[in-house]
Amino acid sequence: MSKLVITDLHVTVDTEDGPKEILKGVTLTIKEGETHAIMGPNGSGKSTLAYSIAGHPKYTITGGSVTLDGQDVLSLSVDERARAGMFLAMQYPVEVPGVSVSNFLRTAKTAVDGEAPKLRTWVKDVNGALERLNLDPSFGTRSVNEGFSGGEKKRHEIAQLELLDPKVAVLDETDSGLDIDALKIVAEGVNRFREREGKGVLLITHYTRILRYIEPDYVHVFVDGKVAESGGKELADALEAEGYDKYLSAAR
Amino acid sequence: MTVTTDSVRSALEQGPEHGKVESHLHPAGSFDVADHEVPTGREEIWRFTPLKRLKGLHADAEFMPSATSCTWNTPEGVRIEGVSGDEARALRGISGLVPNTRWAARVLAEVPSSLLIDVPADTEVAEPIVVDLDGEDVTVTEAGHVALRFGAHSKAIVVLNHTGSSTIAAVVEVAVGAGADVTVVSIQDWADDAVHLSHHQALVGRDASYKHAAISFGGDVVRMDANVTYDGPGGSAELLGLYFADAGQHIEHRIFADHTAPRTKSHAVYKGALQGEKAHTVWVGNVLIRKVAEGIETYEENRNLVLTDGCQADSIPNLEIETGEIEGAGHASTTARFDDEQLFYLQSRGVSEQEAQRLVVHGFFNDLIRKVGVPSIEDRLLTTVEAELAKNVLKDVGSLAAFGSES
Repeated sequence: MSKLVITDLHVTVDTEDGPKEILKGVTLTIKEGETHAIMGPNGSGKSTLAYSIAGHPKYTITGGSVTLDGQDVLSLSVDERARAGMFLAMQYPVEVPGVSVSNFLRTAKTAVDGEAPKLRTWVKDVNGALERLNLDPSFGTRSVNEGFSGGEKKRHEIAQLELLDPKVAVLDETDSGLDIDALKIVAEGVNRFREREGKGVLLITHYTRILRYIEPDYVHVFVDGKVAESGGKELADALEAEGYDKYLSAAR
Repeated sequence: MTVTTDSVRSALEQGPEHGKVESHLHPAGSFDVADHEVPTGREEIWRFTPLKRLKGLHADAEFMPSATSCTWNTPEGVRIEGVSGDEARALRGISGLVPNTRWAARVLAEVPSSLLIDVPADTEVAEPIVVDLDGEDVTVTEAGHVALRFGAHSKAIVVLNHTGSSTIAAVVEVAVGAGADVTVVSIQDWADDAVHLSHHQALVGRDASYKHAAISFGGDVVRMDANVTYDGPGGSAELLGLYFADAGQHIEHRIFADHTAPRTKSHAVYKGALQGEKAHTVWVGNVLIRKVAEGIETYEENRNLVLTDGCQADSIPNLEIETGEIEGAGHASTTARFDDEQLFYLQSRGVSEQEAQRLVVHGFFNDLIRKVGVPSIEDRLLTTVEAELAKNVLKDVGSLAAFGSES
C-alpha cells in the first residue's frame, strides 16, 4: 500500500536577495497504482517540487509535510529517502567520471535492498533492462552519464527505475529533449514500471506529448508554486488546445 | 568546481612586445657545484618547498653510505647493475641533464656509483623491470644516481618502488632511443618520516614514446621534478601523476616539458587528493615551446580533490611560447571539494554519503590508474587509494569489500 502524501508544502531557495519562496503550499496525494501528471509553464516550480521531495540541499522546506506510507520523508536524508522507496528521474542527470554504469547500478541496488544482488540474476536483470531501453550491453562499462547523449541519459534513468524498483517514481521532464523514438522507448519503460503492483508515478512535464504514451489518471496544472487546477486526462487536452495563458493571467 | 583554462592566444599576445621575459625556464645549468648557491627558499623553484624539513639535502648534507636496500629482477636481455668509476662517470648527463640545482650538481659530482639499467636496441621486454628501494634508516642522508638507457626501438617498463624510511636525494636520468617505447613509473610509498628529493630527466629520441608516472602517497616531504627534452622530431611524452597527501605531508611535483624539437608532443595529467590538517600539495607544470619546435602539441592538466578542511593545494600551469607555429597548446587546473551535485545524484539512488564520496574519489583516480598501463601495479594502486580513504572519508565505514571488482 504505497501512498505519497504532500500537504501544504512550502519551499524557499536562497538567492542574492535573500530567500525566495518557490513552492507556496502544494497539496497532492498519489495513491498506489496512480499516475499523476503535473503540467505547468517554465518557472512555475515543477522541478523544485521534484527536487524538494528528493531532498536536494539547495531547497529549504519552510512548511508542510511529505509522507510515504505514513513515514515522514522530510526528516530523512537523501539516501534514506531512496531506500524508503522514492526515486527521482532527473532532467539533467549528473556525470560521475571514472565510475562505470555497472558498478554504479550494483552499488545503488545493494544500497536500496540492503544486500548485494545475486550475481547470476543481477547480470541478467541489468542486461535485460539495458536491452529494453535500447542501450548496448557495452553501456555498462562507460562512466555514469559521461559523454552520454541526451537520450541515453534519460534511458539510463529509466533503466535505473526498472532495476531499483522504488514505490514511487518522480519523473522530472523525462520527455524533454527526446525525439519521438526515444520518447516511445522511455514511455514504454515507465509503463512497464506502472504495471507492477502498487506503484505510484508523479510525471512532471511541460508538454502534453508524453501523455499520449503514458496515460495519467490525474492531471494537475501547476502555476506560481501551487496546483491551480486538477482534473482527469481531459485537462491535458484542454491545455494542449489553450495553453497556460488563462492560468498565468489569473496568477498575476 | 572552479575551472581555469587558458589558451595559447593570451600567452602569445603577451610575448614578443615585452621582449625576452625573465623566466626560470631558461636556467644556466652547470656541473660545477660551486656555480650553485645554497637556496634560501625565495627562489622560484624553491618557493613552495619546506627547506627546513629537507635535512640539508638541498644544501650540503653529507652523502653518507646508503641505508636504503636496492633489489631488482633482471628480465632476459636486460643488463642491470651498479657501476662505478669511469663507467659511472660516463653515465652522468646521458639525459642531457645540466644541473640547475646545487643538490643535483652534487649528486652528479659526488656519488661514486650509478645504478644502470641498460635495455639494448631492438629488445622488447614484456615483464616490468622492478627496482625495490627500501629505506632502513631515516637519519642517514644519502644520494643516488640512476641511469636508464633504452636503445633504439626497444620496449620496456621500469618501476622504481620506494618504501620504508630514507632521507634521499636522487637523480634519475633516462635516455630513450629513437623509436623506443618506454614507461618509467616511480612509486613513492614511503613511511611517514621519509624525505625524498628527486629529479627525473628524460631525453626522448626521434619518434620515441616516453611515459612517466609519478605516484606519491607516503613520506614527510616528497618533491619530484620530472623533466623532458627531445633529441629529435616526432618524440612524444606522457607525464602522469597521482598523489594523496595526508595531514602534515608535503608532496610537490614539478614537470617541465621542454619542446626542443619540431612535431614533438607532451601530455601531462596529474591528479591529487588531500586530506587532514596541513596536507600540502604543489603541482607546477612548466611547458616551454622553443622557436625551433614548430608543429608541436602540448596539453597539461592538474586536478585536485580537497577532502577535508585545513589542506592546501597549489597548482600552477606555466606555458611559455616562442613560436606560434604549433598544432595545439593548452592547460587546465582545478582544485575543488566534492561536487554536491555528484553526491546528490548518487545519494538519490540510495547510496550513503560516505559511499558516494568513495565512489567519486575512486572514479577520480580510476582513469589515471588505467592510463599508467601497468596491470601488475593497478590493483596495488586501487588498494592504496582505498587505504588512504579509510583514514578520513571512510573512517566510520565498516565494510569496504565491494570495491575493485569491476564487472
